[in-house]
Amino acid sequence: MASSLLRSDRAGWGFAIPAFALIGTFIVLPFFFAFYLSLTNQRLISPNPTEFVGLDNYRSLLGVAVVTLEPERGDDGAVLRDEDGNIEYPSLRSVTRNDDTPQYRGMREWFRWSSGDDARVVIARDVVFMKALVNTFTFVLVVAPCQAALALGLALLINQRLRGINVFRGIYFMPVVVSIVVVSLLWRFIYDGQDGLLNNLLSGLTFGLFQPVDWLGNPSTALGSIIVMSIWQAVGFHMVIWLAGLQTISPTLYEAADIEGATKWQRFRFVTWPGLRNTAVLILIVITMQCFALFAQIDVMTKGGPLDSTQTLVFQAVERGYGKQDISGGSTISVLLFLIVLCISLIQRWLTRERT
Amino acid sequence: MNIRLTAFATTALGAIWGAQAFAQTELTMWYHGAGNPEESAVLDQIVEEFNASQSDWSVVVQSFPAGAYNDTVIAGALAGNLPDIIDVDGPVMPSWAWAGYIQPLEIDQGTIENFLPTAIGRWKDDIYSVGLWEAAVAMVTRRSVLEKYDIRIPTLAEPWTRDELDAALEAIKEGGEFDYPLDLGMAWSADEWYPYAFAPFLQSFGGDLIDRSTYLEADGVLNGDAGIEFGEWWQSLFDRELVPGTSQDPADRDSGLIDGKYAMSWNGNWAAANAVEAFGDDVLFLPAPDFGNGPKIGAASWQFAVSASSDHPEGANQFIEFMLQDRWQVAFSNAQAVIPATSSAAAESELYAEGAPMAVFYDLSKEQALLRPVTPGYPVMAKIFRKALADIASGADVADTLDAAADEIDADIEANSGYGN
Amino acid sequence: MATISQDNHGLRLAVRYLVLVLVAVIFIFPLVFMVVSSLKPDQQLLSDTGSLRAFLPVGDIGLSNYTHAFQRAPVGLFVFNSVFVTGLTVLICLLVCSLAAFAFVFLEWRGRAVVLSIILATLIVPFETIAIPLLLLVSKLPWIGFSGIEHGWLNTYRVQILPWAADGLTIFLFVQYFKDLPRELIEASRVEGATWLQIYLKVVMPLAGPVLATAAILKFLVMYNQYLWPLIVVQDEAYRPVMVGLQYFFQLNTAWGEIMAYLSLITIPVLAFYLVLQRAFIASIASTGVKG
Repeated sequence: MASSLLRSDRAGWGFAIPAFALIGTFIVLPFFFAFYLSLTNQRLISPNPTEFVGLDNYRSLLGVAVVTLEPERGDDGAVLRDEDGNIEYPSLRSVTRNDDTPQYRGMREWFRWSSGDDARVVIARDVVFMKALVNTFTFVLVVAPCQAALALGLALLINQRLRGINVFRGIYFMPVVVSIVVVSLLWRFIYDGQDGLLNNLLSGLTFGLFQPVDWLGNPSTALGSIIVMSIWQAVGFHMVIWLAGLQTISPTLYEAADIEGATKWQRFRFVTWPGLRNTAVLILIVITMQCFALFAQIDVMTKGGPLDSTQTLVFQAVERGYGKQDISGGSTISVLLFLIVLCISLIQRWLTRERT
Repeated sequence: MNIRLTAFATTALGAIWGAQAFAQTELTMWYHGAGNPEESAVLDQIVEEFNASQSDWSVVVQSFPAGAYNDTVIAGALAGNLPDIIDVDGPVMPSWAWAGYIQPLEIDQGTIENFLPTAIGRWKDDIYSVGLWEAAVAMVTRRSVLEKYDIRIPTLAEPWTRDELDAALEAIKEGGEFDYPLDLGMAWSADEWYPYAFAPFLQSFGGDLIDRSTYLEADGVLNGDAGIEFGEWWQSLFDRELVPGTSQDPADRDSGLIDGKYAMSWNGNWAAANAVEAFGDDVLFLPAPDFGNGPKIGAASWQFAVSASSDHPEGANQFIEFMLQDRWQVAFSNAQAVIPATSSAAAESELYAEGAPMAVFYDLSKEQALLRPVTPGYPVMAKIFRKALADIASGADVADTLDAAADEIDADIEANSGYGN
Repeated sequence: MATISQDNHGLRLAVRYLVLVLVAVIFIFPLVFMVVSSLKPDQQLLSDTGSLRAFLPVGDIGLSNYTHAFQRAPVGLFVFNSVFVTGLTVLICLLVCSLAAFAFVFLEWRGRAVVLSIILATLIVPFETIAIPLLLLVSKLPWIGFSGIEHGWLNTYRVQILPWAADGLTIFLFVQYFKDLPRELIEASRVEGATWLQIYLKVVMPLAGPVLATAAILKFLVMYNQYLWPLIVVQDEAYRPVMVGLQYFFQLNTAWGEIMAYLSLITIPVLAFYLVLQRAFIASIASTGVKG
């Protein structure tokens, strides 16, 4: 054990303290303040005194209930159906705006399923937040693996010794260099539902068979469109990190592999990949964090629409905290986001822990 | 030695700053016009003349880009760092007054007698802000298009009815000549456009964002019968593909009318010059349609106010009073295409004098303008309404969406203890 | 490789380049669009957006957007501010973060695990959510200036630099990289009696070229694109950075051509920085050969 050799409390703190002090002052401290705000009714603009409200903000975000709607029945007791044969239910308004059920007041439908003739409706105090939660997870689950893999592919591609390879390194990094706000604006033109570049291109490739799609205006394509654009935009960022990792692998290892007659795949599997372990952990965590912070694209391209299909947690936090001047509500979303990502990164770290 | 040095420094300073500036107290002013050289030039000229016209005050302007201005002021207020004079967007004024950012103006009532009523920012019996100009929205189109489709040209006295508007849009759609008959500007989803441009339709239907007698309740007003009727009509515009939806790209909004993609465009006086240039005599600026309760358009543009934390409110008031003169209104109007706040200034302006190409906008402001709800809760209400309009346009259930919006507005009012109402 | 015939080699090379070029096309178009559009008048720019013409410098081409952009905003000042703030932040950040990472990886000390966990947890906090508390904090913070102690950091360069001078991502980047360096080197130096500072300067940092370059590039990007923070802490135009300056161009009648011209101009420093660092990056690898 070399531990006595490397042990030094004074040097350890001495080296870490500048960064720790800066982070403590400018991130940790304000975050605790944000946590405190989430327990109050603080507004962004208000002459009213701040009051401590406990967990009210959390309740109004997370409140969920299930109600059962019985089908409408005719005078003979038979279930009424509309022209398409679907069972007719009373409107949810009869529950959420009914004085007999004040506990459901102001709640809205999130989703429903049928159980026999009845409909079970999940209602939430804040449907938009719930949708934002689901969208954010979808985004992370799709983008994190795709982006990490594509970035690695690109890094391998430009890690060759070829004349002019630096030019390509520069080009692949281009979308990262141009501000995300600008890139989002540009993609709004590309995704235009009438005569956008993408529609024109697809229509040209299929000799006019392709019908134009309103990419950002259709709830079923909007999030997918933003996912594709986001992967394209940030892949260069992670390519650079992979590249730094690739550079740490000693050429002698490759030479050894060549001598043993390894195939390309074997080289990758047994030399490159093991050498990228620490980089892989880093990339996975960084991508996850960045995905959870999804904001600018949404703000420029869809504002969370259409029909909340692109709402995300940070967009909601900003919309609420600044747009709706509810700084305590916005802070509550941040704290929840923090807790969610913390859990995930603990799980990630546990899964990728070094087994000794 | 020391004394002589100071004396020397003073003389030198005096020589540099001009003898007059030496005695003047500095007043700081924030303005939203950064990035607009024509507008800044007018403001600079006003400041220069004011500073030269008296010996007490010297105004210094700090300009911000409009898109970032409100956030800057809020941040400035939070940090206790507001200047003496600020400008404020009309509908936001009550919020800032309530929050204690600005104080009531103390200017001679005579100076604002002839002003368009919507250019004066009144809240709770006090005047907090005054604007040198107004803005107005019109239906921009071409005479030749309307004639081709045999559509009556509406007038202020006799605007289109809802049926007439619908029939006109259907007829143009039928013609197949345009991508869409009407461009509402759905691409401008970021700012005040939705509530400013579209709430007047709701108001013309007989609904509103809130009950204006108390400013305490939206339930029953926003989602009342008139509200739902408006919502159904609004949704039908998109269902019938008469207007482009929320995914409209900003380029089309800026150039679609002129490129011939749209037959008509619901747009403001600030964009009118482009249309005049493109269509010449053929251009028409038509009044808002009447959906049953009179034709309405949004009102109140940027206005000037004195910050509550100013150490020199008398100087700030004096400067604002100096600004209100007709000649500055004319200067702003000529530079910026904004509508002067008085009829006398309008008569002298290049664009709004009688017979000038955009004169109709002054009349629109005078006849059809309705202030957005005058309450500190407006900015939040506007956000909620914006989302409801976008959702309904994308196919959400009208009654449910308006119910939810009304609930959210009411909850916000309650959370703010009634916003002082 | 020696066994492969010359022809075959040439073909392989051609295929490689073909792949590289195809991928390049996918990534380069925003930049092409930006630069090409900056040369066109608004009307043409907008009507070209739907077709491939958007990427071709055709029609009425000229530099008038650039002249107008300079008239509309003090572009040079904004670029200077951003480059100054960004450059200084990157330097400080590389220093304090690499020091901290060095302590986390190579040193054993009481509290190491806790401090590292706290720092990594801050990775999760999106800046938007702490902006207001941070604003309230910096508006009160003291500073020792030429005229004694002042309070409030608004309208300065430091308020744009210090809150960003250390961050979890950069530390994490260094930590993961340092882990790959051979510990025996450190231990050997220790045995030889080198101080920790000497080890940091003479042993570790010379090997850290690639990660320094990577961290610098990533930090540069983040800093150069700052918007919300300078917006709320800087009222004085003299300290305004490029992204806030971009707002000058979004007027009621948006000047698209000028926006593209402005963006083309402000992209130059980032691109230059990236390319320079790429070279340094390659050079550092060539000279160190890194680890075994």
